Amino acid sequence: MNTIVTELKASMAFVSRNFNLIKRHAGWESVFLIYTIVNTLAIGFIGWGDPDKILYLIIGSLLWGFLSVLFHDVAEAVAWERWEGTIEYTFMAPIYRLTYLVGQCSFAVLYAIFRSIIIMALVALFFKISFVDANIMATLLLIIISSFSFLGMGLIGAVLPLLSPEKGAQATHIFQAVILLISGVYYEVTVLPSWLRPLSVISPGTYTLRAIRKALLENASLNELSSEIVTLILIGAFLIPFGLWVFHRAELHAKKTGKLKRSG
Amino acid sequence: MHAIECVAATKYFYEKVKKKNTNSSGFFQRLNLKTTKKRLPAVDSITFDVPKGEIFGILGPNGSGKSTLIRMLATLILPDSGQLRIFDIDVVKEPMRVRRCINRVSVDAAFFKKLSTWENLSYAARLYGIAPKKAKSDAIKILKSMGFPEGKIDLSLEDLSRGMQQKVAIARALFTSPVLLLLDEPTTGLDPVSKRQVQEYILKVREKYDTTVLLTSHDLDEVERICDRVAIIDNGKFVACDTVKALKENISDNGNSRTLEDVFVELTGRNLLEDINE
Repeated sequence: MNTIVTELKASMAFVSRNFNLIKRHAGWESVFLIYTIVNTLAIGFIGWGDPDKILYLIIGSLLWGFLSVLFHDVAEAVAWERWEGTIEYTFMAPIYRLTYLVGQCSFAVLYAIFRSIIIMALVALFFKISFVDANIMATLLLIIISSFSFLGMGLIGAVLPLLSPEKGAQATHIFQAVILLISGVYYEVTVLPSWLRPLSVISPGTYTLRAIRKALLENASLNELSSEIVTLILIGAFLIPFGLWVFHRAELHAKKTGKLKRSG
Repeated sequence: MHAIECVAATKYFYEKVKKKNTNSSGFFQRLNLKTTKKRLPAVDSITFDVPKGEIFGILGPNGSGKSTLIRMLATLILPDSGQLRIFDIDVVKEPMRVRRCINRVSVDAAFFKKLSTWENLSYAARLYGIAPKKAKSDAIKILKSMGFPEGKIDLSLEDLSRGMQQKVAIARALFTSPVLLLLDEPTTGLDPVSKRQVQEYILKVREKYDTTVLLTSHDLDEVERICDRVAIIDNGKFVACDTVKALKENISDNGNSRTLEDVFVELTGRNLLEDINE
């Protein structure tokens, strides 16, 4: 029990450190937030004249933005640490690697949710979208549950900057691009060619989008969303340990080849 | 029980080199995409031990294997063969237990440069389970004793000089109260006053807490001044290991007084200062 408390406290080191870093770059963070809002508005206009279509597209854009922040923060944290050279100090600290990843991921989830709420509120005001007949609580729950699956993928993505500080973080965009393609972010997965459709079945994005759209557009109850919720929990239960295993293997490789260091 | 026991520790790195391709011709020969891996010994079968409370110096030119050896002891690089033990704990098998005993200062002060000194130190304190209040008072005490002005603790690291940053790096290592301190060229690039302050502090820490120190350096005066014993490393191998006095006595004498630099040149056939300047 003591160990869990100690490790949880240590994981807060990453939350507070990342919060401080965001504060230092508050101006740039605002620029990126405005960029995402503008992007979401542009996508919303595609459905002009049909409020349900606008909301359908906005949900896709928001989840896309949520995923981007999540992936970026997890992968970028590793890339940044390698760039600054602090990763050796972090990995030399007497904490479990799980603690490191929990801390990094907790901040990424909290920050991504915070940004998504701001964007949603502003975009809803712009398009005069009413959420009176929407299940907001179920939506929030779905975001939290789906975060586990996305974090599992984030952990796999974080391996890339561990292997290459220069190009690794950019390479994580491939994960986002694949999810954009196969999960029905802006269209139904039924339009995908038959050979691509099996991939949409294993993507957590497919279930998250389907469930959030049901909750916001059809006011679906948790009971009605149970199959998507169970699927997301199962995908998360697989992806988190798998992501940890992949990260552990990459760390071993970095330690064998001396790739943790940046110079010297 | 020794603070450090190192038996035949070996680490190789591999460098990609272009393979000579005699079969292809024209464009493909010019392109020469085929590469092969060349094995480079970074640490070559090094054996030594360091008793508790000793300041043990490793003297060697750039690329001689000093940092790789320190990284292996710090659980950051896995050895290819050999055994490394810290306070009788196997570094490879039980890295977590080793990490509780050690801390390290490297030649480059690695920090989140946008964050302030205190934000960086409080991050480190949380990782080591130190309460922020205690961490702050300890850090200020350590920084002050090295001539770091208390008022600068809230400045971004990027606004501090290299010397100041290095003092913060030393404070970060010391406020976790390590029983083994791994110092990888901690005073490189510091001005003479800062260098002296850091050296004084290392001696003080050893005296007060019986901390064992492994120090790598290019600086002959520094090694002579603060180390109890010195190993000379060249091409990944220890070519000598003894007290400075004994090392000086062991080399040939033509009637001249011998310096540690003479010892280094005699044993490695190289001039340390020239190597550093290259």
